[in-house]
Amino acid sequence: MAIGLFKDGIEPGRLAPAEYADNFSDLHPPLDKHEALVEADRCYFCYDAPCMQACPTSIDIPMFIRQIATGNPLGSAKTIFDQNILGGMCARVCPTETLCEEACVREKAEGKPVQIGRLQRYATDEAMEQGKQFYTRAEKSGRKVAIVGAGPAGLAAAHRLTSYGHDVTIFEAKPKSGGLNEYGIAAYKSTHDFAQAEVDYVTAIGGIEIEHGKALGRDIHLGELSEQYDAVFLGMGLAGVNALRAEGEDALGVTDAVDFIAELRQSTNLSRLPVGRRIVVIGGGMTAIDAAVQSKLLGAQDVTICYRRGQEDMNASEFEQDLATANGVVIRHWIQPKRVLIENGKVSGIELEYTVMRGGKLTGTGETLVLPADQVFKAIGQQFDANALNGSRPKIALEKGRIKVDSEGRTSVKNVWAGGDCVADAREDLTVAAVAAGRDAAESINRFLKA
Amino acid sequence: MADIRNNFVGIKSPNPFWLASAPPTDKAYNVVRAFKAGWGGVVWKTLGEEGPPVVNVNGPRYGAIWGADRRLLGLNNIELITDRQLQLNLQEIKQVKKDWPDRALVVSLMVPCVEESWKAILPVVEETEADGIELNFGCPHGMSERGMGAAVGQVPEYIEMVVRWCKANTRMPVITKLTPNITDVRRPARAAFAGGTDAVSLINTINSITSVNLDTFSPEPSIDGKGSHGGYCGPAVKPIALNMVAEIARDPETAGLPISGIGGVTTWRDAAEFLALGAGNVQVCTAAMTYGFKIVQEMIAGLENWMDEKGHQTLDDVCGRATKNVTDWQYLNLNYIAKAHIDQEACIKCGRCYIACEDTSHQAITSSVNGVRHFEVMEDECVGCNLCVNVCPVENCITMVPLAAGVLDQRTGKTVSPEYANWTTHPNNPMSKQAAE
Repeated sequence: MAIGLFKDGIEPGRLAPAEYADNFSDLHPPLDKHEALVEADRCYFCYDAPCMQACPTSIDIPMFIRQIATGNPLGSAKTIFDQNILGGMCARVCPTETLCEEACVREKAEGKPVQIGRLQRYATDEAMEQGKQFYTRAEKSGRKVAIVGAGPAGLAAAHRLTSYGHDVTIFEAKPKSGGLNEYGIAAYKSTHDFAQAEVDYVTAIGGIEIEHGKALGRDIHLGELSEQYDAVFLGMGLAGVNALRAEGEDALGVTDAVDFIAELRQSTNLSRLPVGRRIVVIGGGMTAIDAAVQSKLLGAQDVTICYRRGQEDMNASEFEQDLATANGVVIRHWIQPKRVLIENGKVSGIELEYTVMRGGKLTGTGETLVLPADQVFKAIGQQFDANALNGSRPKIALEKGRIKVDSEGRTSVKNVWAGGDCVADAREDLTVAAVAAGRDAAESINRFLKA
Repeated sequence: MADIRNNFVGIKSPNPFWLASAPPTDKAYNVVRAFKAGWGGVVWKTLGEEGPPVVNVNGPRYGAIWGADRRLLGLNNIELITDRQLQLNLQEIKQVKKDWPDRALVVSLMVPCVEESWKAILPVVEETEADGIELNFGCPHGMSERGMGAAVGQVPEYIEMVVRWCKANTRMPVITKLTPNITDVRRPARAAFAGGTDAVSLINTINSITSVNLDTFSPEPSIDGKGSHGGYCGPAVKPIALNMVAEIARDPETAGLPISGIGGVTTWRDAAEFLALGAGNVQVCTAAMTYGFKIVQEMIAGLENWMDEKGHQTLDDVCGRATKNVTDWQYLNLNYIAKAHIDQEACIKCGRCYIACEDTSHQAITSSVNGVRHFEVMEDECVGCNLCVNVCPVENCITMVPLAAGVLDQRTGKTVSPEYANWTTHPNNPMSKQAAE
């Protein structure tokens, strides 16, 4: 029996069992064949297409759409995978509205871009459902590459490296592969355990070994890896969460949004997942939206996102913001956390201060308000944990608190590359950007190994 | 308000939109529905001679090609003339004409190429009080293998002969329907004219195979793994039909011969174009078969609206207005110079104009200016070919702008001459007819 929306505290089972399945079904249901053909016919096959330029992995979008339109979905999938072996996940999680679809000339022409993301999903789903593999390994090179992190960057790098004949070992701290695809994406964006299916699809090429439960700086060390392997790629993402810098943030009920999202994704029974009645999410990015919307879908009564700057500054795309408000989430701008209120050792509310820009600097106005809350999510960004690199003999240079790399992904250490969220230029922290970084680093590594 | 009443060789109808002889006009049920929807007339599906009717295939009769979003662009068929009893058709024709006296009802006929056959059928058709007959000399499949349809239409002497028999044996107006499956459509038109036909109608369908099934390697439409050519029609054939209508309309040998225009008429605009090139009315089939009879209402309203806008009061004000502008290539003004111009406000930056020009034409469009994606015509390279206009997905984004006389053509470095000058007098023409000095 559902306990309902009105029970105070952080409680499981707020909804009737059937509601969970409904609420967490596919956000963008797959196109069926007819829908895909109708949509594909809308593509103009632009020259040097703006959509393609907007794609961090430079997928030849007009070509893959034309291949769908001409009844060649497998050829279409290959066009996608040639540039982005995680094209299936990217089709689901890419903020296409700020990438390819924003650039689509039909967005300019009539405000309705070709649904590139959903077409990409149509083609990649077709290939994956058929178990169609397009790539084989080149003759063994005898070279070994270690990869830290089985997330999008690491998997993309691994696939490209093994295709060149190099043996790849991935060390992954978590029990499952996939990185944020597995632990960090809202459940309704990756249904039916897609992240694991994709890992299986990517690694089916062979030559990729994944060792789980191996964390850098704890179980493995960069110094050893760089000696034992011909090359190393670091793609371990971000381990730390930024602090609220608000009094009382250690109270029971103050949770890292990324942990909540991960727990939700790993849950096999959402009705057992506790969620607050009144929730405040601090932050303005995708993580804030994912945490807020999913809280609402779990049955939270009031969910408010509090962001310290204006709407136009939010990292979450307009589509994501609309998704949140459509789900009943309230988004408040120009407001920053000051103090977490605690009653009986638990969160009872949060005191926030209004903010303004003064002289180009964000400052509090001194005026405050209190929102009642039994759960507060911190979603104000993650940080790179450089401690993991400690103890490595070759010292890796950092930049802005993350790993410094050049345009090919080379770090300051000769045979070590890095990519994805752990590098300074992480290109907006997107899955698709991580894939591009991993792929490009793999090309660079291959050139290095074959030199 | 424009008056679109039509008088075609004495056959009157409330508008110039007739349904062509085809499946939509095979029986009273369909024809009555068409009249209710507003069609001005019909040409009843072709009748054959008395006796056991023809039989049709029992599998697919139609093949097609499509554009984006599966818009039907071209249809082909392997259906034959009516497969219903002659008497049944005649009874229905008589009843429909009686019930719908203000609509045109023409009967399409196809009987063997002997005078007795025509002498036999003409009186029974006349008895229905139908308004006229149309001689089906166009059907390209099945019937032509039996010496009828296109088999007659491809031999001008036969056309003239049969038309003469018909004119001698009936008081009804005779419309001769022509096949496009010939080299020069003026020849059969001249033959029909010589035989005394009251009008010609064209085009009938074009020999065609619409596609091949790549699993079975059978042409489509496939009958038990085999296919034969069918008759092609629909929007895709309109340009061919327009040209053939114009060829006849401007042929001095058949001057004044009324033409019923057929071939891909889908909208009022298509119809107006046929009329402008010299057709007295139009016949429609594929558009009705694709969208149903209701489309005639769009055609009527659209034609009236356009005529009102332009101040044309009757169809006579429109008919043939474009005919005199159809000429031979050698008479086109070579001093006329136009350049493509891209409206930057309307441009959506798809770049198709650029790649079409760059890959396949004259390298006259930029793809970027100062590192920014920007498509602009380079007038010093543009030959005015119009390809960019045609590949642009936005209507009127690229237009052809004529250069005024006296202006410098940056491509040739010459000023535009105000004089008309064509190939016949051009210095590069070895046959140039310049006067001796």
